[in-house]
Amino acid sequence: MLGTTAGEACMVTLSGVSKRYGSTTVLQQIDLAIVQGEFVSLIGPSGCGKSTLLKLISGLTNASEGSILVEGRAPVQARKTISYIFQDATLLPWRTVTRNVGLGLELEHVDSKTRKAKVQSLLELVGLSHVARAFPRQLSGGMKMRVSVARALATTPRLLLMDEPFGALDEMTRDRLNEELLRLRAEQNWTAVFVTHSVAEAVFLSTRIIVLAPSPGRIAQEISITLPFPRSRVTRESPEFESLVTTVSRALRGVHSA
Amino acid sequence: MKKQILTLLNALAVFAAFLLLWQGLDLLLHLPPYMLPSPAAVGRAVLARFPSLVASLAITSEEAAGGLAASIVVGLLIGLLFAQSRWIRRMLYPYTILLQTVPIVAVAPLILMWAGPGTLSVTLVAFIICLAPIIANATQGLISVEPNLIHLFLMHNASRWQILTRLRLPHAVPSLFVGIRIAAGISVIGAITGELFAGSSRVGEGGLGYSILYASAQLQTDYLFALVLAATVLGFAFFFLVMFLEWYFLHNWHESARTTAEE
Repeated sequence: MLGTTAGEACMVTLSGVSKRYGSTTVLQQIDLAIVQGEFVSLIGPSGCGKSTLLKLISGLTNASEGSILVEGRAPVQARKTISYIFQDATLLPWRTVTRNVGLGLELEHVDSKTRKAKVQSLLELVGLSHVARAFPRQLSGGMKMRVSVARALATTPRLLLMDEPFGALDEMTRDRLNEELLRLRAEQNWTAVFVTHSVAEAVFLSTRIIVLAPSPGRIAQEISITLPFPRSRVTRESPEFESLVTTVSRALRGVHSA
Repeated sequence: MKKQILTLLNALAVFAAFLLLWQGLDLLLHLPPYMLPSPAAVGRAVLARFPSLVASLAITSEEAAGGLAASIVVGLLIGLLFAQSRWIRRMLYPYTILLQTVPIVAVAPLILMWAGPGTLSVTLVAFIICLAPIIANATQGLISVEPNLIHLFLMHNASRWQILTRLRLPHAVPSLFVGIRIAAGISVIGAITGELFAGSSRVGEGGLGYSILYASAQLQTDYLFALVLAATVLGFAFFFLVMFLEWYFLHNWHESARTTAEE
């Protein structure tokens, strides 16, 4: 299920990456390799540069030092293979759900026939067919986020960058969307880098958790999550899950008190 | 819908009461008609001079609409220019404030001198008075796009043109409508002010402003009232037309249009 089938191909490689804004160092000497098929969560206190790390991998901001490669290319050149999901749903309010989901394809000049078919199948996949013609303001927070996920997946990315996508949702909705995200991953086989504040969410989703320490942001600890797939509600109640949550929480506390 | 009809009936009742009071005042005080004509006299003036009233109304509407339309096109273009960089905004924005603060009545004679009497001058006055709110609101709408939406577009390798046409421009529409609404109201005022100066190229035929001057000089106070009434109606018509367009374009997705439509 993990990267093994793809022959351990490297999806993202960061070597000696630092990021400074003026005199403040946000990230210092980050070395990180993410293999195809991995689901990596970045967790850490505010100010540890988790979001900055995502921005660096996407090429939305440039590193002050070091090199970043996505599938062997500079991030900006690799954008066709990347989709980004933001903390808020960032839907265009003047477009219907269908046209929001099709936005990425439209910007990448995919012809309308292919686009329509693709959007329709995705809406079915994420269970949004019944609101295809609705406008974003008619949807709940959870639905909006689902549209956002569908839009990101529409361009068939091989790397999905997610910046606390479910942070604003209530816990029940978040749990359900987490389960759906794993189901989509099993079907589509993308690699994920996921930023979150929630330990339980990170443990549930990830194959590996990276705990970051603040000021300057650096990797404090890596924890491999060996829980078997497919994961479900039952996974959350297992003792293994509990003990992993404890491990990650401890690591996080260590970072806080440092 | 029921609520709306009730509101309308209320407004009509107030208007009727006002007319009655006015007519009663006239009967009681016996003011000379050149001081305060009775509503009935105004009504007779409207009927008697209906064709020339409509002709004046048509001229003024044309000038106001022309000035408004030109200000929307030019204002949006200037807004697009301003949206290109903060540097351009810093350099040029103060001049749009100048546009707003310069008293139009002081500039009107100049415009008349340059463009000659008649429709062109008047349209120019309406255009100038409408321009500032359009520029301000268009610019605001174009630049206030959420950074993450720009990031989203960049992640899909969107060109500058795609970001403009698919993100900035649609995002600016509600804000642009705020500007148009303000401009629509003052376009009529601008046109009438312009007419007070630029009047008409032909004697006796002109817009509402010109006819108001003419009627007041002739002490035709009943017709003067009719003209003022027509000017007010025109202002209302512009306002409601813009409101309707705003609702039509925005009711699906924008909060401001939705609440006005549903209340």
